Amino acid sequence: MRSITKTMLPILAVLTSIEIAMGLVLSSFESTLFQYPSLLVLVPVIIGTAGSLGSTLSARLSTAFHLGLLEFKFSNYHLTGNILSTMALSITIFPLIGVVTWAVSTIVFEPLLGLFQIVLITTFSGILISIFTAIIALLTTYSSYLLRLDPDDVVIPTVTNLCDVFGIFVLLTAIFFLI
Amino acid sequence: MNLRKLTTQAYLEGLPALVLSSFGGIIAGLILGGMKTELQAIPGLLVLIPALLAIRGNVYGSLGARISTGLHQGLIEPKISFSDHRVKAAVFASFINALFAAAIGAIFAYFLLTFLFEPVAPLGVLLSIALIAGIFSGVVLITAVISVIFTAYRNGLNPDTIVGPLVATIGDIFGLSFLLLAVRIIMGGG
Repeated sequence: MRSITKTMLPILAVLTSIEIAMGLVLSSFESTLFQYPSLLVLVPVIIGTAGSLGSTLSARLSTAFHLGLLEFKFSNYHLTGNILSTMALSITIFPLIGVVTWAVSTIVFEPLLGLFQIVLITTFSGILISIFTAIIALLTTYSSYLLRLDPDDVVIPTVTNLCDVFGIFVLLTAIFFLI
Repeated sequence: MNLRKLTTQAYLEGLPALVLSSFGGIIAGLILGGMKTELQAIPGLLVLIPALLAIRGNVYGSLGARISTGLHQGLIEPKISFSDHRVKAAVFASFINALFAAAIGAIFAYFLLTFLFEPVAPLGVLLSIALIAGIFSGVVLITAVISVIFTAYRNGLNPDTIVGPLVATIGDIFGLSFLLLAVRIIMGGG
């Protein structure tokens, strides 16, 4: 038990500090977020979905890597196929999130933002998040290969947390330009 | 296998978990959207939220992966029992890690905001909210992760593909519900 705690605590402390820094950026948008509760609804959704996309892609790349199927070339199907599927998943899910968020927040809160505005925000965020996810997952898988680290230990937590942070960042950028 | 087939397969395998975790995210979002009063009453709470949510994913996601690997390797017996020392050690370690990280988050947020001359609630308030929410959601998540992994494994399903989406889906919902409860407890008591 002590060994699990010992290896995880420093990583946790670093990840927590990064997330707090991101929380600080989030809270600088406080007044806009409080004005439009539907944007507050989007915060955990975007973070969670960005993290899920990242962890799925990195888990699949790690497995392909362990099985010896992965090569860092664009002609490698396991590389390009998994990246393309991440893009396709993102293009499917983010507009859908926009529609559902608009529908539920119109029922629960006051309908302050239109369907088009919310879908535009989630779709824009989704496209940027999928590009970022692909780049980060590739870079971390490749560096874990160079450094001879087990991608399962390194890649998944790194990619998930970076995607979380990037998710908030992109959401706030979208809010800044589109609201 | 060609590129088209591989892409389609990865897409179809990924979609259900992604839809499920987005659904959980929207429920969590509705709880957060309804927390406006609490967020305004306790300055610094919004700063803590991404960290508190990420801690659950990091700690309990890794607990799930650890137990599931132990099962696959035959090191853990496939029946729910807290007398197994591997399960016990992994569970206690994850619980302590989660509380420790929550405390670090609260302390760091407090000092960062103080340093920036931003309004912030007293350290004791932030710390107690983070710890109370951490204890409640830890108990629920540990129970959920353990029971789902063992049930899945005994029914011939691969727990690896279930744990991630499970923690992502219920982690945010319970995380934010218990955060709201913790705020109410602290505000009611103070």
